[in-house]
Formats: sequence, structure tokens, C-alpha cells
Amino acid sequence: MPEQLFFAAEVIMNGLMAGVLYALVALGFVLIYKASGIFNYSQGVMALFAAATLVGIMDGQVPFSHLINAILGTNVHHFGWHVPAVLAILMTMAVMVLLAWAVNRFVFKYLVNQEAIILFMATIGLAYFLEGTSDLMWGGQLKTLDVGLPQGMNATLDEVTFGMFGYGFFIDNLDIVASIVALILVVTLTVYSQYSKQGRALRAVADDHQAALSVGISLNFIWILVWSIAGFVALVAGIMWGAKSGVQFSLSLMALKALPVLMLGGFTSIPGAIVGGLIIGVGEKLFEFTLGGMMGGATENWFAYVLALIFLVFRPQGLFGEKIIERV
Amino acid sequence: MKLKLITAVTAAMMVAAPAMAELTFSALSYRTGPYAANGIPFADGYQDYFTLMNERDGGIGGERINLVECETAYNTEKGVECYEATKGQGVLVYQPLSTGITYQLIPKATADNIPMHTMGYGRTSAKNGNTFSHIFNYPANYWDGASIAIKHILDVNNGDISGKKIALVYHNSAYGKEPIRTLEELAKKHGYELTLLAVDHPGQEQKSQWLQIRRERPDYVLMWGWGVMNSVAIQEAVNIRYPMENFIGIWWSGSENDVLPAGEGANGYKALTFHNLGSDYPLYADLQQYVKDAGKAAGAGDQMGTVLYNRGLYAAMLAVEAAKTAQEIHGTAQITPAMMRDGMEALEITEEKMAAIGLPNFGPTFSVSCENHGGDGFGAVKQWDAAAGEWSLITDFFQSDQDVLNPLIAEDSAAYAAENNIAARCE
Repeated sequence: MPEQLFFAAEVIMNGLMAGVLYALVALGFVLIYKASGIFNYSQGVMALFAAATLVGIMDGQVPFSHLINAILGTNVHHFGWHVPAVLAILMTMAVMVLLAWAVNRFVFKYLVNQEAIILFMATIGLAYFLEGTSDLMWGGQLKTLDVGLPQGMNATLDEVTFGMFGYGFFIDNLDIVASIVALILVVTLTVYSQYSKQGRALRAVADDHQAALSVGISLNFIWILVWSIAGFVALVAGIMWGAKSGVQFSLSLMALKALPVLMLGGFTSIPGAIVGGLIIGVGEKLFEFTLGGMMGGATENWFAYVLALIFLVFRPQGLFGEKIIERV
Repeated sequence: MKLKLITAVTAAMMVAAPAMAELTFSALSYRTGPYAANGIPFADGYQDYFTLMNERDGGIGGERINLVECETAYNTEKGVECYEATKGQGVLVYQPLSTGITYQLIPKATADNIPMHTMGYGRTSAKNGNTFSHIFNYPANYWDGASIAIKHILDVNNGDISGKKIALVYHNSAYGKEPIRTLEELAKKHGYELTLLAVDHPGQEQKSQWLQIRRERPDYVLMWGWGVMNSVAIQEAVNIRYPMENFIGIWWSGSENDVLPAGEGANGYKALTFHNLGSDYPLYADLQQYVKDAGKAAGAGDQMGTVLYNRGLYAAMLAVEAAKTAQEIHGTAQITPAMMRDGMEALEITEEKMAAIGLPNFGPTFSVSCENHGGDGFGAVKQWDAAAGEWSLITDFFQSDQDVLNPLIAEDSAAYAAENNIAARCE
């Protein structure tokens, strides 16, 4: 096979891996949308908040230290201890559950039965609030995140493929880990929503709020549960992206990558998020590889949206989304 | 009617009073947004230097400094809003820390008779003071940076880089595109092959670009990045095992923030600089005493000595020295923006001056003139030592290729002058 073809195969493989990372962000959107009909604009910021909280806990940073010092005139920044990664992840998860409770208690409790656009606007407000809270709690500076994930080129694959084809394929170890984690997440979430009691309740709420309430399902509990799971997914996405680039504000912009994935895969389908992510990942990389040079490069951002828009024309509900029929 | 008039005049005087009694500087900073991680240390350094001047020296020439901070979030529209909102307060000089904002403010600041200092960024041809009367970009600009990088590569290759492949990974914005013209001209002169690889904002995903680099194996990679783009690019370079000593970033791609996420792998990465590094300077003892220990540090005071903190410090120092020059020229401590412009145009930075300030050998010596608003284009190359966790200079400050750059600057500024009907102003 000519080298050009091998390179194209390498681009496709890496596109698939990038797609998995996009899907990780999209997954959080889908979970909340399915259960509550809320398009959670703050999902990207939740990833930033979760990752910043994780680093802060690991480093023993005093939350809100700038604020405390400014008000009390003290000079405290660190507790002086370091928390092991696993324990810090569990503690961050607890913070995300607390956040889920707070979001429902102080925001969405008052917005039940409101128009979707109002709920969406509330999540925009939540995104700004979380951005500020994250900076205030942990500072806006770059934080390095090391939870022991492997990074760098997978040497085995490089050597094996070089031995076989005379062309060493590149895959980042972190991308492999992200793919495995995403697979586990999707399988777990699918099984959970299909077979567990809470999962069935979750689907009941998704189908019809009022009918679910009438059979004794607690809307409040389900929403807290869903926001907690979305918080967990945000934490996982934050760890994967944060390990690559450090934890900084740009993590919150990942949401921009998830949007075309959702448009393509459908807002209500967990497998749709994965398939959508893979199509966007491969599509944008292949386009950049084949035609990007002719267009001055940096085509990936807009190409993802163009691809999603094309899908929208022919299949507005996305590949796996439910077709919404509204009768007047 | 009379009462209304008196009330209005009194109110206007009350509003204007603080600005009249002080020297007002602006800090168009970004402590929030996608580039906050870099904006914070720069803003801290900039602010701390002015605080030091107030606390230690009682201001400049006996006039206290009033620093007006406005958050731009590195957003061009917000930057312009900040300018419009603060210019009425008598701001002496603007330093927008964004090429996008700079391009918008060039005609506005010129019309308002307020000088602007775009140190190491902005429109390169603004070096030509004949055309750009109010814009200054000393001590170096992007084209100097491009030339300094190529000169360093020439040095490493015994003066011959013909046939070599050099790739430019750049932020797909006005900033990132600035060096392309120069690199193309230098390619004609030195015979290297240039490949351009654009990365879209914010630069979190660069797999395509680095797969291409892995495949084509350019001999050198130059980077014009900012924010997360830098750290991702360095991580991707580590991932594909690109030799880090052949990877050179512009001065905006060479802070601790850029290399730390990649850990040990970033060891050997190079970047350019137009000022020195670290905190081993007498000035830092004063910063500790009058600013940090006094609880007056901007932010947490934890950025001191970092690359971008030092850059903010340096920018403020150059502004203060220009203000002092303006005070000398006009024989008054209460200078106006127009007088500040004169001070900037007559600024001279000597080694004696830097030593007296407490920053010996902190940057290149240079002088500004009516024709030359950009200094002499000196820069140095630094390298990251991951084990020590610090940058160190690996060259002295050396000059860019003025033979190539000056005609380019003349050409670009002439086009701007023709477009805007600007007559040459220097005799």
C-alpha cells in the first residue's frame, strides 16, 4: 500500500480517538436532556469546574483562598497536604453531587414545567456562575493535572505496524485510555438505565414528567441523580482533556465541540453521542487531511458544524434521536 | 439655568479631579476567559510595578499613579469598549496585550492623540513612526521574532539552512499570521522550505497538524501560539517524539504555563524572549518589601519571577521611563497623553538606566526616535529545563535581519499611509 494510504488510515484512527473524546463531552448533554428536556449549556463549564476542583483537592489548595485573604487579611493558600488521586476523584465526585443538589434546589426546582428555552437560558446563567465560582475557588491560573494516566505515542503499535507495513502508526496512549473509559461509561450507563430501578424511573421521567410523578417517582431525586451522573461524566472529560493541556478556562470551550456531535447523533441517544462523536472526529480529520491544505488549513472547527448542518437538513432529529411529533 | 450650569461644572470637576492630580495608566488586562492563565501573570507584573512606584517613590516625579484596570477577556469588542470607557480619564498610554484589539485601536488612539505601546505584538509596521505617529512597538516585534528564530537556526547549522524544511504552527488569527510574510521572504534568502499549519482558536485539538509534522518531519518547527494552543502543541510534539530542541516558539509561546503540562517531555523546548528571566534582580527585593510583604501585590503574589510576570513588569517599567522622559522634556510632572507620546518617542533605555532601576541586563538597550518606534529588534533564545523547572537564556540578545525587515516595514507602512492618506511626519 502506498504511504499516502497508510497516512489516511492513521488519520482515520486518530479521528476515531478524537471523536471518542468529543463524545465524552456530548454524553453529559444527552443524559440531562433525556431526563429533563434541558439542554445544559453549562456542561463544558462543569468539566472545567470538576477538573479544577480535582486539582485543587489533590494539591491541598484552600478553596476561595483569595476571597478569604482579601476579607480577613490572612495569607492562607494551601493546607500543606497532598491527596492521592483516587481519593481526590471520590471527593470531587462528592462536590459534583453537592453541585447537582444545589442546581436543582436553587434553580430548576422553580422552573418545573417551564418552556425549554427558559430552562436553556437558566443553564447559560449557570455556566457563567460556575465559571466565576471555579475561578474564585481555585484561581484562574493554569493547573497541571497528573492522575497517572499514560501519555505519549504507543510504542508497541508503532513497532508492530512498522514491522508489518513499513509504516509505524501513531496513537496517543491517552486516547486509548479515553476510548476504554468512554466504552465502559456507555455500557454502564446503558445497562443502568435499562435494568436498574432508578434507571427505569429515569426513563419514565424522560417519557412523561406528570405520569412519572403520578406513580410516585420523585422528580427531584431523579434530577439530582441525572445531574450527578452528568457531573461525573464532566469530571471524566475534564480529566482526559486536562491531562492533555492542563486545566484552564479553555476546557469549558469543549462544549463547542460537543454541539455538532449532538446535532448529528441526536440529543436523546447515548449511543448517538458516541457514533456522532466518531463521525465528527473522523470527518474533520479526513477533511483537513484531504482538502484542508487547499483552504488554508484550520478547517476542523467549521467543518464539524457544516457536517452537522448537512445532517440536520436530511434528518433533523439526528441519527439516533427520537422524532418529536407535536400535535396542535 | 445658572444653578444647573454650576452643578454640572462642579460635578465635572469632581469627576475630573482625581485624573488631574494623578498620572493615569490603564491596564487592559484579561484575568478571565480562555487566555486568563497567561493574562493573570502579565497583569500582576504590570500592576505590581506601578504599586512599587507609588509605595517606594511616591509615584513618578512626585505624581502618584492611578492605574485603571479594565477586563477585556482577550476579546476585541470588549477591548475597544474598555478603551472608550477609560480614555476620558486621561489615560497616558494604552497597552492592550492583544493584536486584535491593537488593530482596532490604531486609528482611534491616533485620532484621540493617545499613544499606544504594543510590546512584542500588534501591527509590526507600526515600527515606522513616520506613518504611525502614536503607535510604539519597542523593543521588538513579530517580524524581529521570525528573523531571530531563523538566525538562531542558521547559527545552529553553521550558517547554511538551504534545503531544510521549516514548519510554522500558528494561531489562525491576525496575531498568528503576522510572521508569515517575513518567513517567506527569509525563505527566499536562505533557501529553506516553509510549511504553514494553521490551528483554530482555542487550539485544544491539533492532532491533524501534528500527524502531518510526524509524517513530513520538518527539520524545525516554529510556533506562533497563545494560551492553550501552546501547551497542547508542546504535548503533541512530545507525543510524536519530535526533537524538542528543534521546536522554537515566539515569546508568547514560552511561558511556564506552556511547558509545565507536558512535564519531563517538554525538556529542551526553546522560545524567544526580548527580556531576561527569573527574579534574581535587586528590584525584586523592593517588590518583596513594598508590594508583597505590604499585602499590596496584585493577585496572590505567587507569579513573581515567572516569564509573563516579568513581561508585565518590563512593560510597566518602559511606560514609567517614558513618563519620566516626558516630564523632563516638558518640564512638568503633570503630563498629558500628548506629552507622554513625546516621552515615548524620545525614550532611551541604557544599561546604566536598567541597573539604576534594579533590573541590570534585563533587556536589550535601545533608543526610540521619530522614524523608529520599534527599537532595534534584539531578542534572545531561551530553553526549558524540565528537571530544574526553569528557563535559561542560551544566547545573548542579538539583532534581527534588518536588511530584510526594513524594506518590508517600509512597504507595509507605505500601503497603510496611502490607504489612510497619512503624510510623512519626520524630517
